[in-house]
Amino acid sequence: MVDLSTSPTSARTASSEEPLIKAVGLRKVFPPTKRGGEPFTAVDGIDFELRRGEVFGFLGPNGAGKSSTMRMIGCVSPATGGELSILGMDPRVDSSKIKARLGVVPQEDSLDMELRVRENLLIYGRYFGLKRAEIAARTAELLEFVQLSDRADSPVEPLSGGMKRRLTIARSLINSPEILILDEPTTGLDPQARHVVWDRLFRLKQSGTTLILTTHYMDEAEQLCDRLVVMDHGRIAAEGSPRELIERYSTREVLEIRFAPDGADRAAAGAALAALVGTGERGAVDRIEELPDRILLYSDDGEAALAAVHGTGTVPVASLVRRSSLEDVFLHLTGRTLVD
Amino acid sequence: MSAVTPVPPGTVGPTAIGPASSPPMAIRELRGLLTNYRRTWRASIVSSVLAPLLSLVALGMSLGKIVDAGPGAHTFGTIDGRPVKYLLFLAPALLANTAMQTALGESMYPVMSSMKWQKTFHASIASPLGSFDVFLGRVLFVGLRVLMNSAIFLGVMTLFGAVRAAGPGGLGALLALPVAALTGLAFATPVIAWAVLQDRDTGFSAVFRFVMIPMFLFSGTFFPVTQLPLVIRPLAYVTPLWHGVDLCRGLALGTATAGSVLLHLAYLSAVVGAGLWYGARTFRRRLNP
Amino acid sequence: MTSADLYPFSQAPITRLLLGRRAFGSMGGGKAGVLIERNVMVYRRVWVAMVSGFFEPVFYLLSIGVGLGKLTGAVDGVPYAHYVAPGLLAVSAMNGAVFDATFNVFFKIKYAKIYDAMLATPLRVGDIALGDIMWAQLRGLMYSAAFLVIMLAMGLVHSWWALLALPVTVLIGFAFGAVGMAATSFMRSWQDFDMITLALMPMFLFSGAFYPLSVYNPQIRVLIEALPLYHGIDLLRALTLGRVHIGLLWDVLYLTVMALIGAAVAARRLEKLLLT
Repeated sequence: MVDLSTSPTSARTASSEEPLIKAVGLRKVFPPTKRGGEPFTAVDGIDFELRRGEVFGFLGPNGAGKSSTMRMIGCVSPATGGELSILGMDPRVDSSKIKARLGVVPQEDSLDMELRVRENLLIYGRYFGLKRAEIAARTAELLEFVQLSDRADSPVEPLSGGMKRRLTIARSLINSPEILILDEPTTGLDPQARHVVWDRLFRLKQSGTTLILTTHYMDEAEQLCDRLVVMDHGRIAAEGSPRELIERYSTREVLEIRFAPDGADRAAAGAALAALVGTGERGAVDRIEELPDRILLYSDDGEAALAAVHGTGTVPVASLVRRSSLEDVFLHLTGRTLVD
Repeated sequence: MSAVTPVPPGTVGPTAIGPASSPPMAIRELRGLLTNYRRTWRASIVSSVLAPLLSLVALGMSLGKIVDAGPGAHTFGTIDGRPVKYLLFLAPALLANTAMQTALGESMYPVMSSMKWQKTFHASIASPLGSFDVFLGRVLFVGLRVLMNSAIFLGVMTLFGAVRAAGPGGLGALLALPVAALTGLAFATPVIAWAVLQDRDTGFSAVFRFVMIPMFLFSGTFFPVTQLPLVIRPLAYVTPLWHGVDLCRGLALGTATAGSVLLHLAYLSAVVGAGLWYGARTFRRRLNP
Repeated sequence: MTSADLYPFSQAPITRLLLGRRAFGSMGGGKAGVLIERNVMVYRRVWVAMVSGFFEPVFYLLSIGVGLGKLTGAVDGVPYAHYVAPGLLAVSAMNGAVFDATFNVFFKIKYAKIYDAMLATPLRVGDIALGDIMWAQLRGLMYSAAFLVIMLAMGLVHSWWALLALPVTVLIGFAFGAVGMAATSFMRSWQDFDMITLALMPMFLFSGAFYPLSVYNPQIRVLIEALPLYHGIDLLRALTLGRVHIGLLWDVLYLTVMALIGAAVAARRLEKLLLT
């Protein structure tokens, strides 16, 4: 197996207690796009810390400010306010030095279409000022790691979306980064390709790489992240491990019920269901969320809750009991779903 | 566009694929293209009208002063015993070049774009249009574009005094307009037919660099072909551009003979015919494989 | 190891020399060399397309210079081909540089996004801008050298001063490339590139490549003399015809100032555009 560990815990950081990234009151405001327009606040004063060896996630819907945050960390977008320290340095002063120790997987692959697969890695290594022989050896290892060795001499354009994303991941590792930044690593990929990417990212995590990623997929966040923040409208709504967040903001189980599309049954059921909230009995419902296509009843015992629903005389056309997920956390925190 | 007879929607002729039903069907394709053109006309005007126009002013008028005073002033032909001014010699040739440049500009990248990127050919072929309709619609569109640009150029030529009252009723230059259109079609038909086969655009820049520019420079536009070395001359004579240039010039200056007019028209028409034949094959191969 | 250790030339004199500390200051410029490495990698495969760029000025020389030249007689005291050739050399240096700095750069920014990828690395905007301008110059230099050899073979070169024509073509290319790149940073869509054609084409035809400015009336003459291409043509013609005089320094100064202003604006604008 290849040595994927990006950089061994070395003398680079003064102390392992020191966070790799520390943000305090970080803000990003874009000037108005047209004259007389309103400035747009993408990131509205957020605090977070990234520790060595962890996988840290930003979970939130499109437009929450995740990508703007990633771009500030990647030193390609100057912060408007607050403090940001990356690897103990200030991006405004040492952006080149910081970038030399980061790996970036942007939302759009931005691969060099005029170069072949292998060449993409070779030249990218040169951008970091690495020696050719060193890059060549590492390129071979990385192509193996992302399962693209047999496509090494192929042009980039005909690669599938999943392959391109894997190549981008390999590219981001060329400089053995201390922190790997991934902005929506699996957005736009089909389910199978997503699983391949997750598998590779999981291996990186196992090998001790520090990852920071954004996603609007709760399953991605749950599988990969040790710790995450829920972001909405440029602010952080909550922070913790996936399990902690679910425990804190949701019940153990969720009962989902659906009604016929004409809406008559559903309207009639409203009052009956509301009566189930906080009864203190087995199957008591903590909270009810009404979505356009279904109603969610949060309860620690979903089956019992379903029995209680039936007991009120309400007959949904379909019902489902499942475990709570980060989706429910997000719904609770913001009143909206992650993916519309 | 209002002159075009509207085709009732849903008219599917029994021979929709064959050339027999083609003209009205091809016009549908043409209308689609014209609608699209309204959005992009600006760029094509700059490159296809402005370039020859500025050449006319710089080379015809300014350089013309030097040429007219030079030792070769008589080489450009004589009318009534006086040498033809360089501006008058050059202008009708640039008209034919406008036609060629417009035709080539519209026959390569846009065709590939319709085939590969925007897939409008596939959309057309999914409707009652046959592959030949799609081809012919494109040819008609390019023909119209050539006619438009040539007409604009002719108008500007007249403003700059680069037109001489010659030929029947003094309107020889006006006769050059349909000839310019024919010259454009002689380029458009084979090139559209060839472009639809291309998977990459590398061939297109080669056509511009190694076909269009040499023709522009060596096919009698700037000096008579007789000035070329003997061995190269036949090459110039087989280019459609030379026939277009010589015919436009003959008509505009009133020096054309019936024989030369017929010869040029026959040659250009033969090229158009061959291009149509070729296009019918390539479009069928590409769109109805 | 920091990036600075890896680049012994990261304080490369060329940037400072050409553009001054001010122009690039924090924007870098010393690592422009890797951009050239990338382009060499790309163009190794499409060298045919690259070589083909050399033919256009040669075709013009043979047609207008030689073909039409037989009919015009001497111009400005020399056979017409001798007169036209340096003009075409200047035009070719201008066209190549502008094409690379405008269409190619726009494509890379808007569509290929490769600059975004580069900026995730220690490269700075200044490295990227300078690297791509330098690459365009290298390409242009090859074309110019080949054209000068053709001129020499055709007996169109009158003096050893012509050796200086080569660096002058680079200066012309740099000036137009830098301004072109600055202009590109203001472009919103391909439609805006009409403006570039609109600027280049009249300059190509009216700046004295084909005939002396004496054909114009004095007002138009002043206007033409204000255009950059005129200065490039004037310089190159003086060098290949061996008519060197002190006044040529004005041409050099004009083009140098243009290059510096263009590069400063380009770097600043690109930084704004790419680091949002």
